[in-house]
Order: sequence, then structure tokens, then C-alpha cells
Amino acid sequence: MADGSGSNTKSMSMIVTKGSLDWAYPPFILSTTAAAMGLDVTMFFTFYGLPLLKKKLDLHVTTLGNPAMQMPMFGMHIGMPNLVSAIPGVDAAASAMMKNLIKKKGVASIEELRELALESEVSMIACQMTMDLFEYTTDDMIEGPVPGGAATYIETATKSDINLFI
Amino acid sequence: MADQLLDVKGLNCPLPILKAKKALKEMPMGATLQVVATDPGAVKDFEAFCRTTGNELVESKAEDKLFTFVIKHTA
Repeated sequence: MADGSGSNTKSMSMIVTKGSLDWAYPPFILSTTAAAMGLDVTMFFTFYGLPLLKKKLDLHVTTLGNPAMQMPMFGMHIGMPNLVSAIPGVDAAASAMMKNLIKKKGVASIEELRELALESEVSMIACQMTMDLFEYTTDDMIEGPVPGGAATYIETATKSDINLFI
Repeated sequence: MADQLLDVKGLNCPLPILKAKKALKEMPMGATLQVVATDPGAVKDFEAFCRTTGNELVESKAEDKLFTFVIKHTA
């Protein structure tokens, strides 16, 4: 945990609010890298970011609300218009394509990064309010994260050198 | 010749850094780690990693799309 008092250790906190396959990457890449670079890192998982702490992850991407999304196909980049998300199977296909690319390009899986984050002692706070709201219990979650609220996060944030909202 | 070799060919950001950190942690102070990567982003990343952590980047070279780094465990 960040203590900020006289210690030279830098610290970073982040609020993780999104739980789709693509949006799960930035928080886990940054937290594991910061921890590897010697920072104390705290992640606060809230709203749609909270399910990233579930034991079994089943992550997807959607073209909806993602107007800049492009996929490399047939040697070019094919745009994925918002509207195609309405066609059954499109999001599933886009998710499968993304997972395939991830594997092919040597990009870590979210499960792998999450494991590395826990190994490198990244502190994880599971938003208690979100757990109540969406009816999750600690039994649904991996071991490690502790339940907490806004004040818990703010206390950490006031002592952190870097605070991110993702 | 480095004391230990780490092959991260084919792995993408941030895995080369994470695996290098893991290896350094297990190594005695002063020992050197040679990392071989194919990720072009690793060049700037290993510089930043070493500057921030205080480990010494003894060598960084690019040859035939292979990037080789030698890091001395000093922090």
C-alpha cells in the first residue's frame, strides 16, 4: 500500500471501471508494469470493472460504442461499424478474432496478467457497493482483493504519485 | 557473457519487462541478465525500466530484428 510518508517508493492507483476484453488490458498492463518498476500499486474495481475479479473470466469485445474499432483482415484493416453489433454472432466473432490475435501476437491473457499482478503484490480493492448492486459475493471472486468503498480508494489516491481512471 | 539468459522472443508488451523483473529478483546483486526479445517496443521500455528501478542497462543492441539487452542487477 502507498504510505507516502518519507518513503521514496513511488505509487500508483487506478480506478478500473470497464470489463470488456479490450478495456481489461490497460489497467492490468499498467499495474503489472508499475509493480515491476518498483511502484506500490492499488487497483479499485468498480461497476463493470468489478467482474474482472471473478474466478472464471469470460471476456468479450463489442463493436457497439466502439466506432474506431478495426480488425486486421485479408492484409488490410476492416472497420467495425457500431450497427453490425446488432447482427447475431458479430460480437462473438469479433471476440474470437481478438482472442486469436492476442495469442498469435504473444500478448498475455488477462488471466495471466491478473495472476502476475497478484504475484507482484498489487493491492486490489473490490467496490463493496458494486458487489451489493450486482449481487456478487466474495465467493464469486478470486482470493486477494479486499472489499472497500470510495473513502478507502480516496485515502490511497491522496498518497499516490499517479492516479488513473480507466 | 551474462550470468543468466532470458528468451522472450515472440512475447509482446509488457511480458518482456515482467519476465525480466522476475528473473532479476531471483539473481544476486551484481549479476547480469541477458534478454533476447523480438518486440521493438522493448528498446525504449528497457531503458525506462532501468532508469526507474536503478538497474544498469549495460548493453542494448538490435540485429536482424532481434533485440538484445544486458542488465546488471544493481537495485
